[in-house]
Amino acid sequence: MNHGKPFAIVLAAALLATAPLFLNAYQVDVLNSIGLYGLLALGLNLILGEAGLFNMGHAAFYAVGAYTAAMLNTRYQIPILWTLPLSGLAAGLFALAVARPVVHLRGDYLLIVTIGVGEIVRIALVNDIFGMTGGANGIFGISRPQLFGIVIRRPQEFFYLIWGCVALTIVLFLRLKQSRFGRALNYLREDEVAAEGSGINTAYYKLAAFGLGAAWAGMTGALFAAKMTIISPESFNFWESVVLFMIVILGGAGNIAGVLLAAFLVIGLPELFREFASARMLVFGLVMIVMMVFRPQGLLPAGGRRFSLATLARGHG
Amino acid sequence: MEEFLQQLTNGLAVGGIYALIALGYTMVYGVLKLINFAHGDLFTYGAYLGLTLLTSLALTDRLGFALGVLVLVLMVMGLVAVLGAILERVAYRPLRESPRLSAVVSALGASIFLQNALMLLYGARFQVYPDHILPTATLNVFGLYLPLMRVLIVLASVAMMIALYLFIQKTRIGAAIRAAAIDQGAARLMGIDVNRVILLVFLMGPALGGVAGLMVGLYYGQINFTMGWVYGMKAFTAAILGGIGNIPGAMVGGLLLGVIEALGAAYISIAWKDAIAFLVLILILIVRPTGLLGERVADKI
Repeated sequence: MNHGKPFAIVLAAALLATAPLFLNAYQVDVLNSIGLYGLLALGLNLILGEAGLFNMGHAAFYAVGAYTAAMLNTRYQIPILWTLPLSGLAAGLFALAVARPVVHLRGDYLLIVTIGVGEIVRIALVNDIFGMTGGANGIFGISRPQLFGIVIRRPQEFFYLIWGCVALTIVLFLRLKQSRFGRALNYLREDEVAAEGSGINTAYYKLAAFGLGAAWAGMTGALFAAKMTIISPESFNFWESVVLFMIVILGGAGNIAGVLLAAFLVIGLPELFREFASARMLVFGLVMIVMMVFRPQGLLPAGGRRFSLATLARGHG
Repeated sequence: MEEFLQQLTNGLAVGGIYALIALGYTMVYGVLKLINFAHGDLFTYGAYLGLTLLTSLALTDRLGFALGVLVLVLMVMGLVAVLGAILERVAYRPLRESPRLSAVVSALGASIFLQNALMLLYGARFQVYPDHILPTATLNVFGLYLPLMRVLIVLASVAMMIALYLFIQKTRIGAAIRAAAIDQGAARLMGIDVNRVILLVFLMGPALGGVAGLMVGLYYGQINFTMGWVYGMKAFTAAILGGIGNIPGAMVGGLLLGVIEALGAAYISIAWKDAIAFLVLILILIVRPTGLLGERVADKI
């Protein structure tokens, strides 16, 4: 079939892995941003791309994770990387709690509710809820992460931390996509009634998609807190959710490679054209309309499933 | 009591503005089943166009306050209506047969585009309506001192809502709009030009939204290129509150939301003012997704 594809993937991976050797610190930092957005978008892809649930409040889960990590680190001196699972858990549980009553809502109603949740979370953070979030100033003094005795400080070091996480995520999510769980999510997206009729517990799978996607956003939040050492509510506003939504839709909902490509384009391209920085969103808006009119399936749409005859013959699907 | 009545009337004024915007959402949703995300930005265009026309043509100096503002309202309505029609033609018509998600994303794109175009044209800073042209008089209504502007806004928005209601209920064109909202296919078979109905809805909704923008400019004196999104979200909440697709519902929902918000800001916490509206939205969608006056339930959830 397509012999160029594995080669292209290996080439891209090799280029990326050696990128810090020939790029300057600023350029590596841009790659780090792309990596973080890539992680967030891959999490959102589970919800929006695989399960077809319109979530435009992803920044809320990101915020919950980042603030959990920051509070645990600054108050209880827990090393920031150790807070990763807890941040993921907090964001996942938060997502389950907010999604539980609304997950049955149809398409655009869910979209509006998730926008509302995102805004409420942001307002709560600005208003210093529980007296722990530091209000509009946020939380500062988050310690640097430490891995195997090395303090991660420079962009080049963060690069390997962040993109290591991206690589791990890709492997996990590719496996997930092939699993019964992944197929159930796709079924939900394509035809919810038929899925329900075939014995798929739609509420369970929708919530699971929300929880897992949000948990990923939460862990990315912890990475973000570690990278910035200071976080404030402004980093988690509505436009972050819109940008993430856009990345998933433009890239090709449900396709990991497409989502990552879109993360490169949406986050990376504006850095190349810095002199037009103020027109960035204008162009995005236009691109969104044009894409929907001419190529609604995204740049790299998800293809159908392929099963090799050998595995089918052995009786494992 | 004094404080309560002040907040109540203030809530009614803001609610009237929400209701005017909500009508645009609800009419478009009624006919196309599409949330027109760019509607809030058309509202902002109303505010900016109003400011530009007001200052560059010096309408109130030449024609006096009442006539000047009336001419201004008509001009803003016409211009924003044209914008709405262009929006429909460019961003929504090509997607009429596409899946919902495509239309939603296109609407969002249009919203982002319009908002940023405005920022590039006018700059990111707040724009200020000249304050010397606005009446600062207060009215004494049964011992309650109300700013004239507030009273005018409530009266004007209610008058426009009544006019729209009569138009929708009593005229042939109104009947066509209602028919297209109930069943497009059947309406087409009955000889109704659905494309024209949609165009009409995209002229009327933005015209009302544009006036609402102008009102915000006149009432608060300050406008910003991003304000459309907050007002838009709240107006959408109002539309849902009243039952989306339902025109009287949008009016009731708008006024109610304005009052809830004003009282909530006064008696609970001003810092949580914006969150109150979103909370109302989420609660109504959980408890009664059809809204207060909603009727067509079947495909709602």
